[in-house]
Amino acid sequence: MLLVLIALFAVAGIAPFIFRVLGRSTFYVLAAVPALAFVWLVANFSSFTGTDQSIASGGPNAPPSELYSWIGPLNAHLDFRMDALSAVLCLLVLGVGALVLFYCARYFKNEDPHTGAFGAQLLAFAASMFGLVTADDMLLLFIFWELTTILSFLLIGFNRTRMSARRSALTALMVTTFGGLTMLAGLIMLGHAAGTYRISEIMAMAPELTALGTYIDVAIALVLIGAISKSALVPFHFWLPGAMAAPTPVSAYLHAAAMVKAGIYLVARLAPGFDQTAFWQPMLLWVGLATMLIGGWRALRQHDLKLLLAYGTVSQLGFLILILGMGTPNAYLAGLAMMLAHGFFKATLFLIVGIIDHKSGTRDIHQLSGLYKSSPLLFVVAAIAAASMAGFPPVFGFVAKEAVFESLLEHARGNGATGVVLLIGVVIGAMMTFAYSARFLWGGFAAKAGMKTTTFPKVPLLFLTPLLVLTAATVVFAWIPQVLEGAIAPYIGLFGPAEDPIHLGLWHGFTPALGLSILTMVIGALLFLGRKRIFAFQSRVPPVFDAERDYKFLITILDNLAIWLTGRTQRGSLSFYLVVILTVALVLPATTAILLNTPAPGNFIAFDHPAQLVIGLIMVVGAIGAVQANRRFLAVLMVSVSGYGMAAIFALQGAPDLAVTQLLVETIVLVAFVLALRALPVELWAKNPTGHRLGRALIGIGFGASMIYIAATSMASRVADPISLAYPELAYTGGAGKNIVNVTLVDMRAWDTFGEITVLAAAATGVASLIFVRGRGDKRLRVAAVPSGSVDHGSEAIGGKNPSRAGLKVARTFAASARDSWLVAGHTLAPERRSITFEVVTRLLFHTILLASVYLLLAGHNTPGGGFAGGLLAGLALTIRYLAGGRVELAEATPVSPGTLMGTGLGLAALTAAVPLFFGAQMFTSAAIEFTWPLFGEHKFVTSTIFDIGVYLVVVGLVIDVLRSLGSEIDDRSEGRSPTDTHDMVSDAETGVGR
Amino acid sequence: MSTNITLLIVMGILFAVGIYLLLERSLTRVLLGIVVLGNGVNLLILSAGGRRGEAPLYKSALDAQEYSDPLPQALILTAIVITFAVTAFMLGIIYRSWVISRADVVADDDEDLRVSQQSTFDFEEDSPVPEDTTEFEGDESVPAGNTKEAGPSA
Repeated sequence: MLLVLIALFAVAGIAPFIFRVLGRSTFYVLAAVPALAFVWLVANFSSFTGTDQSIASGGPNAPPSELYSWIGPLNAHLDFRMDALSAVLCLLVLGVGALVLFYCARYFKNEDPHTGAFGAQLLAFAASMFGLVTADDMLLLFIFWELTTILSFLLIGFNRTRMSARRSALTALMVTTFGGLTMLAGLIMLGHAAGTYRISEIMAMAPELTALGTYIDVAIALVLIGAISKSALVPFHFWLPGAMAAPTPVSAYLHAAAMVKAGIYLVARLAPGFDQTAFWQPMLLWVGLATMLIGGWRALRQHDLKLLLAYGTVSQLGFLILILGMGTPNAYLAGLAMMLAHGFFKATLFLIVGIIDHKSGTRDIHQLSGLYKSSPLLFVVAAIAAASMAGFPPVFGFVAKEAVFESLLEHARGNGATGVVLLIGVVIGAMMTFAYSARFLWGGFAAKAGMKTTTFPKVPLLFLTPLLVLTAATVVFAWIPQVLEGAIAPYIGLFGPAEDPIHLGLWHGFTPALGLSILTMVIGALLFLGRKRIFAFQSRVPPVFDAERDYKFLITILDNLAIWLTGRTQRGSLSFYLVVILTVALVLPATTAILLNTPAPGNFIAFDHPAQLVIGLIMVVGAIGAVQANRRFLAVLMVSVSGYGMAAIFALQGAPDLAVTQLLVETIVLVAFVLALRALPVELWAKNPTGHRLGRALIGIGFGASMIYIAATSMASRVADPISLAYPELAYTGGAGKNIVNVTLVDMRAWDTFGEITVLAAAATGVASLIFVRGRGDKRLRVAAVPSGSVDHGSEAIGGKNPSRAGLKVARTFAASARDSWLVAGHTLAPERRSITFEVVTRLLFHTILLASVYLLLAGHNTPGGGFAGGLLAGLALTIRYLAGGRVELAEATPVSPGTLMGTGLGLAALTAAVPLFFGAQMFTSAAIEFTWPLFGEHKFVTSTIFDIGVYLVVVGLVIDVLRSLGSEIDDRSEGRSPTDTHDMVSDAETGVGR
Repeated sequence: MSTNITLLIVMGILFAVGIYLLLERSLTRVLLGIVVLGNGVNLLILSAGGRRGEAPLYKSALDAQEYSDPLPQALILTAIVITFAVTAFMLGIIYRSWVISRADVVADDDEDLRVSQQSTFDFEEDSPVPEDTTEFEGDESVPAGNTKEAGPSA
């Protein structure tokens, strides 16, 4: 059976491709798959029914099963089992499925859009139903259950240009998913109690489970809610009439064999073990009765044939659930027979409506007339199907209904008033069913007074074939019902012997059931004849119970709540979000620290070194100065003060690596700030941009204070020795390096560092993209292409706004003699932008610094330094060169694009991660290679140095990207005017104030 | 372990200043706030490492306790460089924001405001749907003249 399932899904998967070749004839190919499976099913039927149905899968003489382990820890398995119940359901799923697909080949046209997707979805729908009824694992069943939900959503919404289709699809999805999730909760409760999710095992241990009492009662009730929503029972029934927005073949399948039958199946599946639990009978009986009556009542007033049928299905589903809810063996027999009968006639009726719609262009009773003459064969088929629906002899629907009446009478005898009420209710429902069946036949085919005969082309036989097959089943099984009874019987056997077993048959003699049937037909006929009066009556009474209205009301409340909540929390103000986050971050840990009796902070020392006090004071002054400063660069400088202070603190604390890195970063950041912000106005704000200063100050101070408290507490709470006590030894023996921090970065915690340089590369690319917008701007500027003295023309001169005339003259002379320039591209700069001293110093320093950076990189393994510090120093060298020689100089200094640099860097790092794997070691394992070179003496090379070179390259790339983007590119854009000139372009722009 | 009050107080002040700046509307000040906050965090990590000690450069004679704790240092080193990258990225954003909108402020998100002020009426969900009684509207293969205005009675 797994093979069947795979075949169904696989063909569904390739269906769109077949459609490209064969067009709508592909539906025949698709139909062949379930048809073949149907043949397989029938051929092996006795092997499914001839076994002991009560034995759990895997046991001796159990029905055939295929068990595969799937997610062990979750107890989820790919278990399939084909017992009598599954097989009976499969008859419908595969048989009707094949016929509906066959029908589609004539229903659709070759030029219809998306038929490929449609065919695939419909076949996948059949496959999911097949999986659902054969799954022997509750979680697997749930998965197929939800698959049918999703596929029905797609199929109902197939006419995506119609709002009604989209909306109905969404309603169906919401309602059935709600039910599905409720069911999942019930299934998990059940599986948890049983210790297994295998359905057959759970059924075998049902007596022990029901002994658990309320727990299982609730679990079963939750599962039933899922079934009720899926089978469109009150109060969830409204999604099914809406679902008729689907193409008619889908409706036929949905109503007759799939989706709604899943709920019926689930009830039937659990019935043998759990039909005596507390909520079972009350839920099913009353929900079923209410659904049957409401559906019938509504069906009576519909003038759209399809909608009439849809409400008819609602009514019939209620009927079916009610029968299964009675809980007697006879009732289960009657229920399954009724389900089959319903499958046969309901599919036929929908397909008929499809043909009528297809050929006449309407389904409206008020617009159809005289079809019985135009298409007599269609009329005969319709008459038989409608008779089956109405319970009119001699067709299978009558046989099933007789059995239902028999079991209802039996139930009424044993259950007093309840039984009688149910009996009366069902008889009324059956009368309505008779009336709307008649109404369907009359509405679709009768010649109505005062209406001209509807134009109706001849219906091709191929189009009719599926209907004929189904009709044949309806007729034939009325005369040989024992075939179907034989198929159902093994399942009924699970409920023990009936006191007075009934059998399916056309004639049982003059029984009370026959009397009820005749009564039903007579009153039903009267109801049909008095249809105008009933219609008028229905229009007068307002609907007592309108679930669709309630559903809309509920959704509106949800909408309102969502908007209200969103409006309260998502205000669009970043500061608001931050205040919320920070307040939580402030209150929560502080409260916890106090409540949890953490040790009081203690063991205070004022400082490690008196200099800390001085540096700390400077840092505080810098930080507070940054708050006070209104001029943009002053604020930046103030922050820098506290940053440089950090470097000093690091140095004092015994962290030379940190001190070096902080110093370099601080410098480059300062340059970056100046470069980026030069286009912005000098003042930070024209008037103080935001209020709430006191509030912000409170949050800030509160946060600072609570951080002090938390830090002090956590330091006082330390009981264990730090893990890093082992680091020195590890670094020296394992990492072959003396600089413990560096070895930590490139060896012991190399994964961290690898992640970090990836972030650096991403950030660098981000900066470049933000400024260049299109691409990374890798096209290189060459000095030969740039005329002398052209770059940065019009920008502020070095040495103030009005440089001395003499100075400018010297600069011009200097610029003219391009030959002996100190820098490669120095002469391209505008004369007033040049500084000879700077160029000379740069010339002298650049290579020295670069060499120093390489030294830092290579020596970093043993002495302070490493890839980060080295890369930053190299970046600083390039910064100097850019500042002295302008953007052409920078371009000349960096022949390799930063993207390439960072790519190479990441590549090298990845290489040191991967290569050790080939030597059977873990990722990032380093090795020390010792060698002797003449002249250079003995050397030790540690492979993690290669990783460090990668870090170096990435950092250099990052700095270059910053310089090129925030420096060169902004230069280029503000060429010919002072960068701050842009300020004048928006004369009335009040910076710092919201737009 | 001992607790260095000076470092803690400086850290607290850096946090306070950083948060204060972070809550500003001026993007530049927000960025400065992040930088200051970063320094504060680094200081916190540093003081969590304990007392000052020898620079963590291996000496065979030295007991592991004598070094200044290398682990926080490695963490801070990464943090410093990441802060640099983030700062550069933020600078790019500030410049871009200035070029596009001539504003250096964190503006309220219009989209968010619109969401909170929208009506609960949604055309797709709440507008009335016309009843249609055929799937073949406007289909040429269907004979014309079968449909007309619906009659009043059943």
